[in-house]
Amino acid sequence: MPRSPERGWLRPILTFAIFAAFLFVVWEGLKFVGGDPWRTETWIWEPPLEIWFASDLLLPHVWDIVGALAAPVQRGSDESLAQFLAGAAFYTWREAAIGFLLGATIGIGLAALFVHSKLMERALVPYVIASQTIPIIALAPMIVFAFGPNVLSVVIIATYLTFFPVTIAMISGLRSPDPRALELMRSYAASRWSVFWKVRMPASLPYLFTALKISATASIVGAIVGEGPGGIPNGLGRAIINFNSQYISGPEKLWATIVACAILGIAFFTLIRIAELAALRGRGLRTEAA
Amino acid sequence: MTDSSQPTSVVRVSGVDKQFTVGHGVTTALDGIDLEIGRGEFVSLIGPSGCGKSTLLRLIGDLTAPTAGSVEVNGKTAHAARRGREYGMVFQAPVLFEWRSVSDNVKLPLELLGMDRSERDARAREMLALVELSDFASHHPYQLSGGMQQRVAIARALALQPSILLMDEPFGALDEMTRERMNTEVLRIWQQTGTTIVFVTHSIPEAVFLSTRVAVMSARPGRITHIVDVALPQPRNEETREDPRYFRHVTEVREALRSGGALGAEPALVSEERMAAEGGIG
Amino acid sequence: MTAAAPSVGIPLPPRPGRLLRMGRTVRYYVPAIAVFIGVIVLWELAVRGFGMQAFILPAPSAIGAALVENWGAGRWPLFEAARVTLFEAVGGLLIGTTVGLIVAFGIARWATARDAVLPFAIAANAIPIIAIAPIFNAWFGITNPLSKMMIAALLVFFPIMINVTRGLTQVEPSALELMRSYAASDWEVLRKLRLPNALPYFLTALKVATTLSLIGAIVGEYFGGASNVIGRVVVQSASALRFDVTWAAILLGAITGIAFYLAIVALERVLIPWHSTVRGEHPG
Repeated sequence: MPRSPERGWLRPILTFAIFAAFLFVVWEGLKFVGGDPWRTETWIWEPPLEIWFASDLLLPHVWDIVGALAAPVQRGSDESLAQFLAGAAFYTWREAAIGFLLGATIGIGLAALFVHSKLMERALVPYVIASQTIPIIALAPMIVFAFGPNVLSVVIIATYLTFFPVTIAMISGLRSPDPRALELMRSYAASRWSVFWKVRMPASLPYLFTALKISATASIVGAIVGEGPGGIPNGLGRAIINFNSQYISGPEKLWATIVACAILGIAFFTLIRIAELAALRGRGLRTEAA
Repeated sequence: MTDSSQPTSVVRVSGVDKQFTVGHGVTTALDGIDLEIGRGEFVSLIGPSGCGKSTLLRLIGDLTAPTAGSVEVNGKTAHAARRGREYGMVFQAPVLFEWRSVSDNVKLPLELLGMDRSERDARAREMLALVELSDFASHHPYQLSGGMQQRVAIARALALQPSILLMDEPFGALDEMTRERMNTEVLRIWQQTGTTIVFVTHSIPEAVFLSTRVAVMSARPGRITHIVDVALPQPRNEETREDPRYFRHVTEVREALRSGGALGAEPALVSEERMAAEGGIG
Repeated sequence: MTAAAPSVGIPLPPRPGRLLRMGRTVRYYVPAIAVFIGVIVLWELAVRGFGMQAFILPAPSAIGAALVENWGAGRWPLFEAARVTLFEAVGGLLIGTTVGLIVAFGIARWATARDAVLPFAIAANAIPIIAIAPIFNAWFGITNPLSKMMIAALLVFFPIMINVTRGLTQVEPSALELMRSYAASDWEVLRKLRLPNALPYFLTALKVATTLSLIGAIVGEYFGGASNVIGRVVVQSASALRFDVTWAAILLGAITGIAFYLAIVALERVLIPWHSTVRGEHPG
């Protein structure tokens, strides 16, 4: 039965909002039933049970987290936590973006190499795959040692996490064009360069964007992981390390930082999604959920 | 054209209209279709792109519903006939499940019917023998040629031994020689099983070769403009293709198409892919 | 759904004998093996010949020696460490896969579920593991393997969920019509069409998930864990400046990850021999 393809943009947002509200109720509900005592000016509530992860230390109240965002980042500072995190997130994002672009370029380059040379593919693809089995957090100190405690090391780490999904996706993508289209180009005696730009690259764009969405979040994770050993003072990585060591005295700050990381990830992902919709407009492809 | 006291009428389409909402407008795919198909007939629907022949087939198969009018199959509504699994359908693409062997693909409708295992095995063997693919029972679709995959699709469509077989340009993707071979196959199967067949095609020679009657349709809106009775003797074979009567019928159909406005019709106002996505226009 | 077919449908010739096929597989991997040997040799020469900083990057021979020395005994028994880490990874894989599957089925079935859950799943995926690890360690107990399993599970959840959802929903429309022509119920469509269709997607995600689960376990260990696990060995040996052992531990972690991945590849061969990835048309 024919059905209109768009279900409207309002309904998904409403559904998400309702679900978020539901999660809020569950979160606070668990604390209500089994957390630490709730104290206000006039009234104390003692939860009847004891749920081990619902204590204020392990699961701060949602409003405390929000409140911490508005409060100064440190005693005596006139910058709020929210402002601080926004700045840190932007700083991290810039490192991640450079790593993202580099990783994407390397990924496309490697895939192009593999598509044109089966020998190189057979020789190197196992190592491309194996590279992802090495936990970057173990390699990070070594990279910092080799390249110095600076942004370069962070960018290298971000690139390392980004290039893999792009390589794998582009290998499939560059090979995806209809063999008949390739034959057509051969009948024009087209050079491999023209074939690459006029046929293979356009055909691989859907695959590329699927990988870029994964790489966007991976580059952010890489940047954050690298900032610690890299000694970068301004990014989310340092914020996480600091607030982690201060956890006992103020768990809300670490949680707020986690929220900031998540928002950064979603924002970058959405950016890529918008680029995807623009680049793939008019192809009539079903762009899937994520 | 219609005789409402026809006792052996298997498909009865009465006053059927079908409209699609495309963008902001409404397109009439079919307008006032009346058609009766008797038991054991082989009826082809032929017409230019956009004439609604595939839509008509899908209306008979209850894969879409008419905007007006009714479709009766075996004396019940098309919907009830589909629920009762009374027809088999062959699409233009074989639509085999790539994870099932040839034999398991044929067994799919039998599983859905709840047939028990030994019966399923026996019936599948029978069907594969009918389409002459017994040697390939444990192969997978990717190992078969396009023509062979379509034969598996036909075996599957016949597995429930339906009284009606609906075929939507099943050989459109095949080359001419394979297509002619498949035509002979279909005729042989038709004669062996006595199934009523409704066949959509855009090939005039194919329509004439296979059918007892050819319904010629015109486009926009889709209507049946002529019905050509094909009075060629059975069984038909390669020699039939060289029979002068065959050529006369082909010419008859071609002229019917032309006078229905088929050749030189206006260009489509809406893309075919869009209409196909909305629910299928032949 | 049915892949491009050969133009002639004669019965295929019998498959070449087992020995011949094995020979072909070996020859396929020769270039990779050559690269491996080449890099090892160059590395060894560079460390010896140029006296490169053996500090951070020891010679392969030194790493190999550390691996052998510490395999079963010594301050950091590597085999035992790998075993425990693998155990955590497998546990995390099971948990993450189960939850991922449940959510995937929910999302595929109800569009409302999709709208509600998907943004959270994307957000969860964007949170770097080093932020979550301390919290999970606090929740489940630093020395409890469960905390590492949960970290691994979190990493595993997203690729599994996304891929299985795709596999369940991206079904060829003509196949759905075919099932409708048989008046098949939603349940039958799920069992006979969506599930088999989703299997290759699931296995692809599983390949990614195995490496992620191991990484999750090791990263979790970084932040604290029982003493003899790969992550702790890395941290402790590095602070003791025994980088040969550090690299040996990393190597062992990588080898375990690769073996885990190859196990899924073997599983693919058994479960979906008809699929194009197994027939050898694409790499991994």
